[in-house]
Amino acid sequence: MSEELETLFKQMAQSIIDGDSDISVELAQKSIEMNIPPLDAITKGFVVGVNYIGDQFGLGEAFLPELVMAGEAMKAAVATLEPELLKLGEARETMGKVVLATVEGDIHEIGKTLVGTMLSASGFEVTDLGVDQPADKIIGKAIEIGASIVGMSALLTTTMVRQREVIEEMDKEGLRPKIKVMVGGAPITREWATKIKADGYSEDAVGAVKLAKDLVGKGDA
Amino acid sequence: MRPKLTLLSDEIIARILEEAYELLRCPGVKVQNPEARDLLASAGAIMYPDNNVVGIPAALVHKALESVPREFYLYDYDGNPVVHYGGDSVHFDPGSSGIAMLNPETLEHDTTETEHLLRLIKVAEQIPQYDAQSTAVICHDVPKDIQDSYRLYLALLYSKKPIVTGAFTNKTVQEMIDMLSLFAGSPEAAREKPRAIFDVCPAPPLIWSNFGAGNLIALAKAGIPAEIVSVPLSGAAAPVTMLGTVTQHTAECFAGIVIHQLANPGSPIVWGGAAAIFDMRKGATPMGAVETAMLDCSYAQVAKTLNMPTHTYLGATDSKLVDAQAGLESGISAMVGALSGINMISGSGMLDFLACHSAEKLVIDAEGIAMAKRMVKGVQQHTDTLATGFYDEKINFKGGDFLKQKITMKLFREEQHLPSSIIDRDSTRVWKEAGSLDAFGRAKLRVKELLASYSQPEIAPDKKERINAFMLELAKKAGIEELPGLEETQIA
Repeated sequence: MSEELETLFKQMAQSIIDGDSDISVELAQKSIEMNIPPLDAITKGFVVGVNYIGDQFGLGEAFLPELVMAGEAMKAAVATLEPELLKLGEARETMGKVVLATVEGDIHEIGKTLVGTMLSASGFEVTDLGVDQPADKIIGKAIEIGASIVGMSALLTTTMVRQREVIEEMDKEGLRPKIKVMVGGAPITREWATKIKADGYSEDAVGAVKLAKDLVGKGDA
Repeated sequence: MRPKLTLLSDEIIARILEEAYELLRCPGVKVQNPEARDLLASAGAIMYPDNNVVGIPAALVHKALESVPREFYLYDYDGNPVVHYGGDSVHFDPGSSGIAMLNPETLEHDTTETEHLLRLIKVAEQIPQYDAQSTAVICHDVPKDIQDSYRLYLALLYSKKPIVTGAFTNKTVQEMIDMLSLFAGSPEAAREKPRAIFDVCPAPPLIWSNFGAGNLIALAKAGIPAEIVSVPLSGAAAPVTMLGTVTQHTAECFAGIVIHQLANPGSPIVWGGAAAIFDMRKGATPMGAVETAMLDCSYAQVAKTLNMPTHTYLGATDSKLVDAQAGLESGISAMVGALSGINMISGSGMLDFLACHSAEKLVIDAEGIAMAKRMVKGVQQHTDTLATGFYDEKINFKGGDFLKQKITMKLFREEQHLPSSIIDRDSTRVWKEAGSLDAFGRAKLRVKELLASYSQPEIAPDKKERINAFMLELAKKAGIEELPGLEETQIA
């Protein structure tokens, strides 16, 4: 790798670490002008930064604003590179499609949105339905886009039971195990996830990315 | 919008000063040091040779207050001004002169030796909340004659921070001053950028002992900062009322400053103390009592009307363990001290009426200090508009909107203190996975981490050699051929 290229990749990673969308977009454009394969820009440049921040967050060294801003900077860079990828006919292989929602009767948003940001930043195609979503909406969307994962959030002990209802409905319609289900939220435990037969649960947004990769069989990516 | 705690009205402060002047004149102050008495006599004080009592006229106090510095700094090893004595600056250091240390495993109060002091120094060295080290515990593994100088020696070798220390006799204060001069390169260098400050205690009520006054004079002559630690005990060694106690404290400080400034006008000295109430059930001197904190806040307010640098003893507990009592007494009193704008607040890490130290408590107290310092920083205005500027076109009325703003990333560290692993904000699940530890359990882990991550500061070999030789000489005079083995620094 030329020194210039190496420097560019490093700058790309740094722009994500700094959570600076302006610079990450600028660097993405520069890489297009330099005829760098957009996939290289993503995997050898920007993704390195996302992984770093994710690790730092796990260690307690980085904080939520940094995590979110890194995710946003990543999304912006990828959006800049997307047309180029399409043009070259080598659309970035997505990690999979994910439908995210907070269950019916629950309006808590932040945790789920964080998971969405981190999943997008890690190469998943995320459709975030928002809060207070009934089972039929969530399932309908998953079928419509051909999702590989449904992620459900609940912050209340009174609404977490809705997660089970959605899973039961999906089972009834024969959608599983093709579509995996991950659950999260403050009252959610591993035991609960097992009890309602979800495919996995995570404590935080960084863990959710690892879980989602495992669920789509790309744990090494 | 800096918050400030004041307990006294201007009128009351004026009366405290007035009555303190009266106390200095009658009954006067017992001065048990001949040189101090000579200085006072030459300056025109009224001498009562029968009982060594001296009547100090207000004019002498006024004169001393003219020459005394209103601010000065303590410097670290690299020569940076780190501790600012003056104004409303707030610093914390670990408490001094403990005789025992809490064993985190057995929960016994072990008699302290070299290893204990080193443990405390290593931990405090790495905690940013402590701007200075203290010579925290007495090392009982060396002879009495060098127990004070040896502590300073260890602090100089194992730390780069400024040091709050003290001598136990008039002979050893000079030895310690000499050690500082040798370390700095010359007496002038030691005076120019003082590394250490010496606590000096009057005895209540209204006594400047031979040792206390002797220390004041030696320090003044050397130009090394002195810190008056006046210890009135309300109801026993001082009037039962807070106002009476604060007035006695004022008189004791005045007398100390007069002796000190007569010995060498312009030498730095601090208005400090370890005032406490006297517990009427146990006959004890509770450092964690709210009244103790109130006394300290009050005398600091008196000092501030005179524009004097300030010190106090807060952030300690009377509990024997690092438990809930330790947490609440230390935390509340540290907060009172910080809100009072006291320049140096000693006492962190200490249990059992300042007798026992704990490294685990030191790391927990650091979190209380961080909270107190955050409080003192106050509510700040960071942006031109208070709120409206945050609601731009990207706002979509979702809970996470503000997490995506650059300004959040820029300012959250300014607005929020980010606590260490001592403070538990985990989910119950993560907390359980980490072993369901309480604060003391987490502190034990943190102390282990800090001891593992500590590395001895690089001290110039010539400095090291000079004080090694000097210390060994003192040790020999005290009757021992070698000092306890120090891990990396063997005595030449």
